[in-house]
Amino acid sequence: MSSVQIRDVRKSFGNFEVLHGVTIPIEDGQFVVLVGPSGCGKSTLLRMLAGLENITSGTISIGDRVVNNVQPKERDIAMVFQNYALYPHMTVADNMGFSLKLRNAGADEINKRVKRAAEILALSPLLDRYPRQLSGGQRQRVAMGRAIVRDPQVFLFDEPLSNLDAKLRVAMRTEIKELHQRLKTTTVYVTHDQIEAMTMADKIVVMHDGIVEQMGTPLELYDKPDNQFVAGFIGSPAMNFLKGHVRVNGVATFEGPNGVKLPLKTAPANSDGRPVVYGVRPEHFTIADDGAEAEIIVVEPTGSETQVFAKLGGEQVVAVFRERHQFNPGDKVRLKPEPSLVHLFDDATGKRMNA
Amino acid sequence: MADVAIPRAKPQMSEANAWTQLKHNRNWLGFWFMVPAMAFLIFFLAYPLGLGIWLSFTDARIGRVGQFVGTENYEWLWDDSIFWLSVFNTLLYTFVASALKFAIGLYLALLLNEHMPFKAMLRAMVLIPFIVPTVLSALAFWWIFDSQFSIISWSLKQLGLINQNINFLGDTTWARISVIFANIWRGVPFVAITLLAGLQTVSPSLYEAATLDGATRWQNFRYITYPLLTPIIAVVMTFSVLFTFTDFQLIWAMTRGGPVNATHLMATLSYQRAIIAGQLGEGAAISSAMIPFLLAAIMVSWFGLQRRKWQQGESND
Repeated sequence: MSSVQIRDVRKSFGNFEVLHGVTIPIEDGQFVVLVGPSGCGKSTLLRMLAGLENITSGTISIGDRVVNNVQPKERDIAMVFQNYALYPHMTVADNMGFSLKLRNAGADEINKRVKRAAEILALSPLLDRYPRQLSGGQRQRVAMGRAIVRDPQVFLFDEPLSNLDAKLRVAMRTEIKELHQRLKTTTVYVTHDQIEAMTMADKIVVMHDGIVEQMGTPLELYDKPDNQFVAGFIGSPAMNFLKGHVRVNGVATFEGPNGVKLPLKTAPANSDGRPVVYGVRPEHFTIADDGAEAEIIVVEPTGSETQVFAKLGGEQVVAVFRERHQFNPGDKVRLKPEPSLVHLFDDATGKRMNA
Repeated sequence: MADVAIPRAKPQMSEANAWTQLKHNRNWLGFWFMVPAMAFLIFFLAYPLGLGIWLSFTDARIGRVGQFVGTENYEWLWDDSIFWLSVFNTLLYTFVASALKFAIGLYLALLLNEHMPFKAMLRAMVLIPFIVPTVLSALAFWWIFDSQFSIISWSLKQLGLINQNINFLGDTTWARISVIFANIWRGVPFVAITLLAGLQTVSPSLYEAATLDGATRWQNFRYITYPLLTPIIAVVMTFSVLFTFTDFQLIWAMTRGGPVNATHLMATLSYQRAIIAGQLGEGAAISSAMIPFLLAAIMVSWFGLQRRKWQQGESND
């Protein structure tokens, strides 16, 4: 186990820079999730950490050692690939023991460690099978087994769950998290799925277009997104954004599209009349008499909660209620955002304005 | 209307039965679909093969229907040192040429699978020997190996390495080397391109995984590339061996089996005895003598081609 330091790392393919100076400190034993939309550079960064891509500038260190020029096999890391990359001509046991075999470990040693890893992952009955004879979830576990057997300093996961069906994905998510709690190995996990990031991470790094937008614990990111991108990326259904202006005359309010008025707890300093983006999460709407009038378009009950799509000041917003209201399309309701949970972003820069 | 239709329907039904059965029975339908291929195979493969074997048991000559003479042709061949020389030549030719074609082809395939500039053009260029008609390339080699005008002799003389022309096609050893060289030149593209196709089916992430597991480039080849390539190697080498063993054009155009039968293969000897000398029976016997060798080669590849356990489907045995 060790810490990982990524310092001002840049990556260019030809003249095209895909990572513009990324700094991420990772503590020993931490589970860090790199999340972002496709093409944000998260996988490239992971592959640079693994040594599969060169580092154009900046440094990556594992433990106390700068690994920029260290061969992948000397970095003492293990990686789980999106397509698992299991060797099709080797049995499960041989797949898991391959790295030990290359290190000239004795047959007894290999056997012992493969058996132990197989027990951890409930793969013991499958050791003589070939990858073709396994289900998707089993293959996924073999890929993890291959990583565990090596007992590396750092685990790298490259979108490991995206080839699984929805139900299995949730199950494996828990399994990976449990595995991390048991082994406590420093882990860097790449995904485009913010739910995976939220549920698994000790620390989330949100990336976008080759830069780090924000990093922090899942709840920090959820409660206080630094900018509009993170606010829109984290949380499901996504945060509602309304464009408008801050009005301060006695009481601070937000004046949105078509004159709709929404409450603010406090107005940021010198913000009177400034163009802003008003962000409110779907679950932070309540029905109240002093709310703004909205017309319901679609109602989607999921059992535990109900998603309501409505027109508020001509803009579509979504609200989520846990209590069971009787709504029908066309109904008028009064929606009120909880003022203390409202986010304000600068319209020009997208930066967070309120504390 | 219904009253009229019902009595009529009966005879129609039974009449249709025999015909529709013929038309719609799956086995019959299958049979009809197979007929063209079967006819083709029977007329152009099975019949000539059978005729050849039959001829080998007769004393047929050109212009004269033969009498059945039992195994007399084979008894003759058994004592014929030229026949045994041609068997030796064929085995030598096949073994050396196939082994080198495999080695060079695999090397080229691995090379072409790397990232390099002009990759597509280089891949296309490798195919050139394959698309030149055999006889034309044989003629070119005939000039290259000519006793007086050979460019090789000329170059070596210019370099001062030799002071006399090498008699490529006139010396028994040189002649064998020359025809084997020409065969390799011609056969390498097939092996290289087929193996390259095989290499491209290997997922790059396997190499990445192996690299992270600590494999060197050699270990990548030894533990990943080679085992995953074995099925395609078995196919390509079967074809290569069969083509080389039955080679005729190249030899006939370059040496006609000479000098002193040093490059006579079974195919060229058979042609010489049957068509040039007119001894159809004896030529047919030489041709038929190739069958056991070819069968043996097919058997070897048959076992080599058996689906390996890891290739088998999702069965939970």
